[in-house]
Amino acid sequence: MSKLHVTTKVNGDTVEFLCDPRETLLDVLRDRLGLTGAKEGCGTGDCGACSVTVDGRLVCSCLMLGAEAEGKEIATVEGIAEGGALHPLQKKFIEYAALQCGICTPGILVAAKNLLEKTPDPTEEQVRYWLAGNLCRCTGYDKIIRAVMDTAAEMREAS
Amino acid sequence: MALDSSKTTGFKYVGTRPDRPDGFDKVTGRAKFGADATAPGMLFAAIKRSPHAHARILRIDTTKALAMEGVKAVVTRADFATGLTGENWNILENVMAGDTALYDGHAVAAVAATSALSARDAMKAIEVEYEILPHVTDVDKAMEPGAPVIRTGAADASVPEGLHPNVVRYHKSGHGDVEAGFAEADLVIEDHFVTEATHQGYIEPHACLGTLGADGKGELWCCTQGHWNVQKVCAALLGLETSQLRVTASEIGGGFGGKTTVFIEPVALALSRKANRPVKLVMTRAEVFKASGPTSSTSMDVRIGMKTDGTITAAEGVFRLQGGAFPGAPMEFTAMCAFAPYDLKHVRQVGYDVLTNRPKQAAYRAPGSPMAAFAVESVIDELCKKLDLDPIDTRLKNASHEGTRASFGPKWPRIGLVETLEAAKAHPHYTAPLAPGQGRGISCGFWFNHGGETSVSLAMSEDGSAQIMVGTPDIGGSRASMALMAAEVLGIPYENIRCTIADTASLGYNEISHGSRVTYASGLATIKAAEAAVEELCARAAAKWGIPEDAVYWEDGCAKPSGPNAGDFEPLPIAEITATMGATGGPINGHFEATPEGAGVSFATHIVDAEVDRETGSTKVVRYTVVQDAGKAVHPTYVEGQFQGGAAQGIGWALNEEYIYGEDGRLQNAGFLDYRIPVASDLPMIDTVIVEVPNPGHPFGVRGVGETSICPPLAAIANAVSAAAGVRMRQLPMRPSRILEALDSAADG
Amino acid sequence: MQYHRPATFEDAVTLAAGAQGVTRFLAGGTDVLVQMRSDIVTPDTLIDIKAIPGTHDITRQEDGGWRIGVAVTGAEMREHAELDRDWPGLVEAMDLIGSTQVQGRATLTGNLCNASPAADSVPAMIAAGVTATITGPDGSRTAPVEEIPAGPGKTSLARGEMITALHVPPRGTGGGDAYLRFIPRTEMDIAVVGCGVNLVVEGDTITHARVTLGAVAPTAVLVHAAEDALVGRTLDEEALTALADLAEASCNPIDDKRGTIRFRTHVAGVLARRAAKIAYDRAKGAAK
Repeated sequence: MSKLHVTTKVNGDTVEFLCDPRETLLDVLRDRLGLTGAKEGCGTGDCGACSVTVDGRLVCSCLMLGAEAEGKEIATVEGIAEGGALHPLQKKFIEYAALQCGICTPGILVAAKNLLEKTPDPTEEQVRYWLAGNLCRCTGYDKIIRAVMDTAAEMREAS
Repeated sequence: MALDSSKTTGFKYVGTRPDRPDGFDKVTGRAKFGADATAPGMLFAAIKRSPHAHARILRIDTTKALAMEGVKAVVTRADFATGLTGENWNILENVMAGDTALYDGHAVAAVAATSALSARDAMKAIEVEYEILPHVTDVDKAMEPGAPVIRTGAADASVPEGLHPNVVRYHKSGHGDVEAGFAEADLVIEDHFVTEATHQGYIEPHACLGTLGADGKGELWCCTQGHWNVQKVCAALLGLETSQLRVTASEIGGGFGGKTTVFIEPVALALSRKANRPVKLVMTRAEVFKASGPTSSTSMDVRIGMKTDGTITAAEGVFRLQGGAFPGAPMEFTAMCAFAPYDLKHVRQVGYDVLTNRPKQAAYRAPGSPMAAFAVESVIDELCKKLDLDPIDTRLKNASHEGTRASFGPKWPRIGLVETLEAAKAHPHYTAPLAPGQGRGISCGFWFNHGGETSVSLAMSEDGSAQIMVGTPDIGGSRASMALMAAEVLGIPYENIRCTIADTASLGYNEISHGSRVTYASGLATIKAAEAAVEELCARAAAKWGIPEDAVYWEDGCAKPSGPNAGDFEPLPIAEITATMGATGGPINGHFEATPEGAGVSFATHIVDAEVDRETGSTKVVRYTVVQDAGKAVHPTYVEGQFQGGAAQGIGWALNEEYIYGEDGRLQNAGFLDYRIPVASDLPMIDTVIVEVPNPGHPFGVRGVGETSICPPLAAIANAVSAAAGVRMRQLPMRPSRILEALDSAADG
Repeated sequence: MQYHRPATFEDAVTLAAGAQGVTRFLAGGTDVLVQMRSDIVTPDTLIDIKAIPGTHDITRQEDGGWRIGVAVTGAEMREHAELDRDWPGLVEAMDLIGSTQVQGRATLTGNLCNASPAADSVPAMIAAGVTATITGPDGSRTAPVEEIPAGPGKTSLARGEMITALHVPPRGTGGGDAYLRFIPRTEMDIAVVGCGVNLVVEGDTITHARVTLGAVAPTAVLVHAAEDALVGRTLDEEALTALADLAEASCNPIDDKRGTIRFRTHVAGVLARRAAKIAYDRAKGAAK
């Protein structure tokens, strides 16, 4: 079976890989590039655990082929912290205990960061609807929503 | 004399809210979950599953699959141990079908290949010939005369004669004379209730990476709630010596009871043994729904008698649970939990465990209890309405408390039900005005909690920091709780303690993380292990000072002479003792292993406001308050998280989640699209009240909190919806069409 | 599976016309990839159309209407303030599909060609009078979108034919549209019933009306009689009741895991009333 050669940027680094045309971007990130931060919870776009951004747009990496990554800029949870310095959202998630098992956390952080970049002052309802595609089974979302709202407030003050 | 650090007040670390030790890993993507492991030469596996609800397997042809590029091994039932009995046989039969496929999704063969795609392609190329057999998936239908028999001879000795062979276990308990009790009542209500099967819905599918050689030695990495159990069961299913298989628990992406058993781990090991290479096996989401362990569905009858003053005179319940094609539906828990909140003179409960053509049920957060509460608390709610009684006052009037006899036998020790009811009554939510179209419901709930076999080891480092090894996977922040309890005993900062989940080769046996036992049992063992280390630290100080060991006590991380008579010595900090420990008697460790049995039971009271759209039958939960007894909240933020998570799962169960089987016996909604767990926009904030009635069975008074939180929601929401709609809802889930039908029939009748 | 990324529609059509086995066009992939993952369809040929110039553009036409490229995502439509001002019902119908993540990829054309009876954007497009340009081996043609879906999972497009653009008519004055759907949760579900309403008013009087329903028949339903029932009147209680009755009478649903015949039929009437009120208010607001 012939493989496709793809060149793309992941978290700022140029990477090249060969993939089967059927492989998803999530498969490529996890199995070919060793970036296992994005998780597969469903493989059908229903859970959001595989969330990444592609050219700044939030997507499920399970609903995009690896081949489609050609020439794109991809950002994953591994790229959120700058060096050892956590992003304010990451700090607040720990502080608020906005995670229990932590499997949905990478996807939720990627999605929430994307929200705050577009909407620095979201309402609770906006946060809840923006994150509706990120399933969390542990927390009942309460502490996640509070962590995102408080991060937004803190980032507004800081800017 | 052994050190005893028991206390219920005056804590320095316990009860604070520090950051969890594994927080950094989990917000950066660094934490390694089940599917995140790799090994050199690793193969990928896929499982061939039955598309039929019930079918005899006539022939499995793997020729085409084996001839495909990259395929290294295929296994069927013939590749597993023979001669198993009891639960090991049941588990093997579930992991890989024998002669008969017993449900849609039952594994019949598996293949390992050099890539995930080739494994999937090869799996599809395995040919299986079936003879389709009649099937049954509904619990009531499975008990009817003439229902297809799923397995003859599966019933145990508890089952009375004359019942269908699908009834495999029977439970009866209670006391008093219920008929006499009903005769004393001013009003008796009897009603029938039905709940559908639900799934734990953890976001991480089952995943493992297994390596097993022909020498009988193996390594297994998997997401599990209990790796010693995985070790034991996999060894049995593969015919290995238990100690030759080392199992490491990955970070676990949710379990809720669903990861207390094995489904794929023995398959990965069998493939690895055959291919002589590491094998990774990860379930798809559809496989998780079809072939892991959902809850039982139920059919229940409850009858309760009450006097006009609210006194319950008698209660009786019949609980029928199907647990799939294997014995084990937790009907005795359903029966025993049903009336546990109430002090009853006359009570009787009966349970039936029924086989159907569905996957083997697994535990789900307080297994069996939420359904019981739904039926019982709905009837109590209806009695209160008819007799014009306050629902909390009525429950307080009948509440179980210390010294009363539980509905299932024993006398209650110190319990906190009354305190949760009083806190709920005092909460502003209970008296807040309701908007038009809204209704309020309350419910109590009960769970036993559990202790179980536990080992913990604590080791001091030379710099005075400490590492704890526990054997209970951290499913929601338990590393933080363990470190807090150790810090409390050692008197050193929380940050100076590292808590690791040990693999099966590094620590003694630990039962599964189930029964809300982790903070209780591993916590107790951590405290005891730390106490053992403190005793040794004190002994080293005594030796240094040349005074008797019992003249030294431990405070704020220092050894101190116990008084002027013991001698005048400056406090000796922990780091000074550990710095020289090699020369003063060797490493300083503490360990503890036991089966603690003092897990205090836990009660909760929930208050819910629901709004019903009478034109579409749609329900919105607009306000939710959880009040629960935690004994002692070690890390209150994570206790709140457990309360909120249980409530959210209960909301899903009550309103939208259900296994939907077609006439063909196939599961119709094996995905998160149509198995509808609550999303962020479905829920309100969930308020919590932590009640602390110390558990006498734990040094710091801890009670398990993980499971009780899912016991009241089904009933509390049903009561709220029934109030809002003006019609009693007796079947879950209360999906919109069901509410609309109830409204229509109420309008017609 | 072969993956192609043609640079022109002509190349795409040539590839599709010459391909053997199952061919799918890939835009957002939110249906195709799910079908591949669920072993429903694995195409032999997958033609990614996103490298074709113009497919990502939303363009105002000379007549005041809109041309929407076939790879334009729901998120791009939502962010397009002018399109949203003209056709809020169409934009919200598209916006209701899936999560924020799905919105980052899903397209109107994809929703149309997936031919699900429950597609949210299709009733809204039909109500709005959207047309499609279709290109095939024999050249191009234009068709109203209601002619594209032929049944669950089936379209009327011939082998080698593909949609190359969608055209939304000029809004004009006094127009308003709305789309509502019923789902059990607040997000992430497939419509149990959907309803699109597009009205034009002069003062309080309705001069043009198109009402459509989704998920109540094998393809989206245009409630033809609604035009007669509404045009020439105000949206009073009598008109709303007549509309709800017509909506219910237009239903030909099935019982399935997502809803019963009875439930779908009843809710179609409820949604028709509710959507009509929103569209009417929007139209009157636009007329001022």
